[in-house]
Amino acid sequence: MLKPLTIDEVERIAELARLDLTDEEKALFSIQLAEILSYAQKIQKVNTSEVPPTAHALESQLALRSDTTKPSLKRVQVLANAPEPASDTGLFKVPKVIS
Amino acid sequence: MFSSWTAEQIREAVVSGKVSATEVCRDFLDRITNYDDSLNAFNTVTAERALAQAAQIDDNRNAKSAKTSLLGVPIAIKDNICTKGVETTASSHILKGFIPPYNATVISKLEKEGAVLIGKTNCDEFAMGSSNEYSAFGPTRNPWDQERIPGGSSGGSAVAVAAHMSPVALGSDTGGSIRFPASMCGVIGLKPTYGRVSRYGLIAFASSLDQIGPFARTVRDTALILRALSGPDPNDSTSANEPVPDFFAALTGDIRNARIGIPRSILAQGVDEDVTARFNDALEVIENRGAKLIDIDLPNAPYVVPVYYLIATAEASSNLARYDGVGYGYRAPLNSEDTLTAMYDRTRNLGFGSEVKRRIMLGTYVLSAGYYDAYYLKAQQVRTLIQRDYETALEHVDAIAMPTSPTPAFKIGEKTNDPMKMYLVDIFTVSVNLAGLPALSLPCGFTRDRLPVGFQLIGNRFDEATLLKLSDAYEQDTNWGNTTPPLT
Repeated sequence: MLKPLTIDEVERIAELARLDLTDEEKALFSIQLAEILSYAQKIQKVNTSEVPPTAHALESQLALRSDTTKPSLKRVQVLANAPEPASDTGLFKVPKVIS
Repeated sequence: MFSSWTAEQIREAVVSGKVSATEVCRDFLDRITNYDDSLNAFNTVTAERALAQAAQIDDNRNAKSAKTSLLGVPIAIKDNICTKGVETTASSHILKGFIPPYNATVISKLEKEGAVLIGKTNCDEFAMGSSNEYSAFGPTRNPWDQERIPGGSSGGSAVAVAAHMSPVALGSDTGGSIRFPASMCGVIGLKPTYGRVSRYGLIAFASSLDQIGPFARTVRDTALILRALSGPDPNDSTSANEPVPDFFAALTGDIRNARIGIPRSILAQGVDEDVTARFNDALEVIENRGAKLIDIDLPNAPYVVPVYYLIATAEASSNLARYDGVGYGYRAPLNSEDTLTAMYDRTRNLGFGSEVKRRIMLGTYVLSAGYYDAYYLKAQQVRTLIQRDYETALEHVDAIAMPTSPTPAFKIGEKTNDPMKMYLVDIFTVSVNLAGLPALSLPCGFTRDRLPVGFQLIGNRFDEATLLKLSDAYEQDTNWGNTTPPLT
């Protein structure tokens, strides 16, 4: 088995993933992610030279549609699910970004 | 009494006026009231909406248009499929209270055919899990033994059908999430070919693998729902522009000379004794109908689980980036000095459950600089080899048969502390998604402890008809769909 990830590594990944993990979660994931990655190591044995990667199950045909406007959701419908709508101005409220 | 009827029987009776859609609907709602407190298959029961829809069907019954293919048929929908005006949570805290302003394409299609939406079913959070234990609404229980898991992630839909709380249901299958719970609960589950059914309005988990499909107790009901769901959709560029055949025309019962491939080497170890016995019984039934069993080889089978978990988590980490506490869903409580990034970080950490966070972390890791080539790219290359294995095998056979799961349903709590153990239950299901193929799981009897066993048939792309044909022939000689779990 791989040795556990360091807490620094876990924190770096958590930052990329935008997760404010607790210390217990960091400790747990440092072990569990290493276990899973260690199991996944077995694919390194497979000879894949000159094997193209598959990103999709089907080579999808390029689906094109005519460039015409269609009705979209009304602003009030879109804001209806927002945790903090500013309904009077039709905006989403978030913490201050520019000081 | 109607709760034991098939969708086909219900539709016939409603169309002919023998029964009303309202009577049928009430009967299923009563079953839910009586049994779902303990089973926990439903996140939301849409009783009022369903009865209104049924009343409308009854009012319009004399209209010429009222002969649609699912007229008055109740259907339960996995809670990761958007239903306009009905809360849709994917069993996640981060989406509690989310009311979609639009319908998934499959919902519009079902309603056009006269189906009655009876409720939204419990699932693993964002469809990530194999046991229905990772739900913000608590675990769903297997109706055959309530100490055991029903399988996941579409466990609520499987239980709804097995316990006759709905004649049919929809689930989604990213790595086995329809077939696995179907086999644990003794019902039929079909994962259609990638692209057969529109994914518009399905809450995305891993977009190159996700597919919506039906649960039912008979093959004919499975065909009925698949027919309603299938076809291209301008709102989903991955839906395929393939003709939809008449699935019922395939149900002749004649499977003489059909060639069934058996991957003997992957069945040689690690499969429960009773599962092996029931699988062999099933093969005997099929052989007795004149089909030929042919040994096949899937040389890259040992790599399917790691390839699947690398690819699925990578895609999930990207898809779930949208949950940021801004446009919809949950936002963590903030102090006045909190920054925007603090809002994202805290919202996501409090909003997602443990398994979802584990997968986002793993997916972010394998996509991050320095690891991409060794994990993600390598997994995509091995995915190509897994696809080729199936293409080669399916040149010589019409379908491949194998158990859906290596074991019957395990106990609730047995695997939640060991993610790797949980991932390994998907060993027979994930390859089908990696290859984009259709697969149908059908019940084939019980273990000595009276737990359901299922096996799956895997076919060529867009050839669900052959799977339905073989299953229908098998069902004519067995009919496990008629057995009912012991509910009190």
